[in-house]
Amino acid sequence: MNGLATHRVLGWLEGLGRITLLGVEAARSLISQRVDWRGLTYQLYFIGVKSQSVVLITGAFTGMVLCAQTYFQFHKVKMDTATLAVVSVAMGSELGPVLTALMVAGRVGAAMAAELGSMRVTEQIDALRTLATHPVDYLVVPRLSATVLALPLLTAESIAVGILAAYTVGTTLLGIDHAYAWHNMLKYTQPQHVVMGTIKAVVFAAVLALISCYKGMNCREGAEGVGRATTEAVVYSSITILISNFFLTLFLTRLLGA
Amino acid sequence: MIETRRLKKSFGPQRVLDGVDLRVEKGESVVIIGRSGGGKSILLKHLIGLLSPDEGDVLIEGESVAWMSERQLLGVRRKFGMLFQGAALFDSLTVAENVAFVLQREGRLTESEIGKKVDEALAMVDLGGTQDKKPAELSGGMRKRVGLARAIIYQPQIVLYDEPTTGLDPIVADSIDQLIVRVRERLEVTTVAVTHDMRSARRIGQRILMLHQGRIHFSGTPEEIFQSKDPVVYRFVNGVSDPKEPHF
Ligand SMILES: Nc1ncnc2c1ncn2[C@@H]1O[C@H](COP(=O)(O)OP(=O)(O)OP(=O)(O)O)[C@@H](O)[C@H]1O
Ligand SMILES: [Mg+2]
Repeated sequence: MNGLATHRVLGWLEGLGRITLLGVEAARSLISQRVDWRGLTYQLYFIGVKSQSVVLITGAFTGMVLCAQTYFQFHKVKMDTATLAVVSVAMGSELGPVLTALMVAGRVGAAMAAELGSMRVTEQIDALRTLATHPVDYLVVPRLSATVLALPLLTAESIAVGILAAYTVGTTLLGIDHAYAWHNMLKYTQPQHVVMGTIKAVVFAAVLALISCYKGMNCREGAEGVGRATTEAVVYSSITILISNFFLTLFLTRLLGA
Repeated sequence: MIETRRLKKSFGPQRVLDGVDLRVEKGESVVIIGRSGGGKSILLKHLIGLLSPDEGDVLIEGESVAWMSERQLLGVRRKFGMLFQGAALFDSLTVAENVAFVLQREGRLTESEIGKKVDEALAMVDLGGTQDKKPAELSGGMRKRVGLARAIIYQPQIVLYDEPTTGLDPIVADSIDQLIVRVRERLEVTTVAVTHDMRSARRIGQRILMLHQGRIHFSGTPEEIFQSKDPVVYRFVNGVSDPKEPHF
């Protein structure tokens, strides 16, 4: 039992180390190698453009439900006009980045792990290496950089849509006074909330792209291996996003102020 | 040119290579034969640094590659072309993009020059007109020939072929054998080919090595191997097995 636990912890640490090394290699490649515009454009299209519907729906419905529930509680203490302020801060610094990253992890992370995993299983990654191409240059860097570019934009979009949806629901359906609501929202939403959301989106993007690429490139043999790599990519990315979000909030609040 | 020293490799408890020593001179053509599952593909992958040995060393032009980092290896690998047993074509790219892969990444030629080279290479393996197909739309034998075109188009100095003619009909197999010989003669390419097909081995190889139980069991010219009285070699060359009774 003790041996098993040690084994698992060591395995986990080893994985963490290897993912970090992959990140370092990718960063080095990004600096020293020519940019693969074709790969980058394709990945940007796939990650950024094709995630639109998922991100819009996530943003809009989260904003609306958050608005409704906040209003129901605040209404009891006659604080109706503070509703949108809560929605905007929560969306901007917590829910927007986290939920967008989770949705993108489910869609894009899974696709990355499955694609790289089946490339590995069919020896395509080995073939790439024999053709004097580093798999990190050709496969990881375009995916990583496209995710890091696209996710903050997707997050901003989801936050904006969420606030807009909340405003619409709040002022029409729930009857909140729109001038006061808007005024309070602007008053309590600070630049650091926006900065925090953006920094988080960048970190989450790197985390999910690196974990998914790592899982794909180190996939075990066979269809079962690819399936497992895909599941693990999504699960580990999601969990890492949730856990790191907590620590990022603490750390960034210290750094930027609440 | 290529040398391995006491090369050992295990997968779990299974020892696949158990001290392989081989030497291939520049411009030479060597065929490796051996039983299925005997470790021939694994040996080839060591020569090009796709796998690192548990023990021993691999030298390419005197340079030890067994412990190089992936980046250092890229330069060495540019000297190599490799045909995989399962072709290993990139299935998201078309046939033409597969064949053009290295040329396109190096970016020294213009698009039209690359296109012309690709057309020539595909014609050479009898696949003119398949440029825009995806690998999934090809038969196994066709894929193998695309893999061959991809491996030789950038004129490597060493080409490793893993079962180049398996799964091809006898006529195409013969043309591929001849192509391999011509590539070697024309470009003075060092050739290492793995095959089960003794006819093909005789045509391609100046020297034949037999891998048996993780070592080089026999090394000699095609004549020597076909006349060998060694029981292991004799049985392989003439296809003699211990028949097994079905007990169902
Ligand atoms: N990734 C791996 N993990 C574990 N064992 C492996 C792996 N790859 C190969 N092996 C084992 O190594 C042995 C040699 O495999 P290899 O593919 O080199 O055989 P081969 O001589 O090329 O056979 P064939 O002629 O059928 O292609 C096999 O017994 C196989 O089970
Ligand atoms: Mg093999």
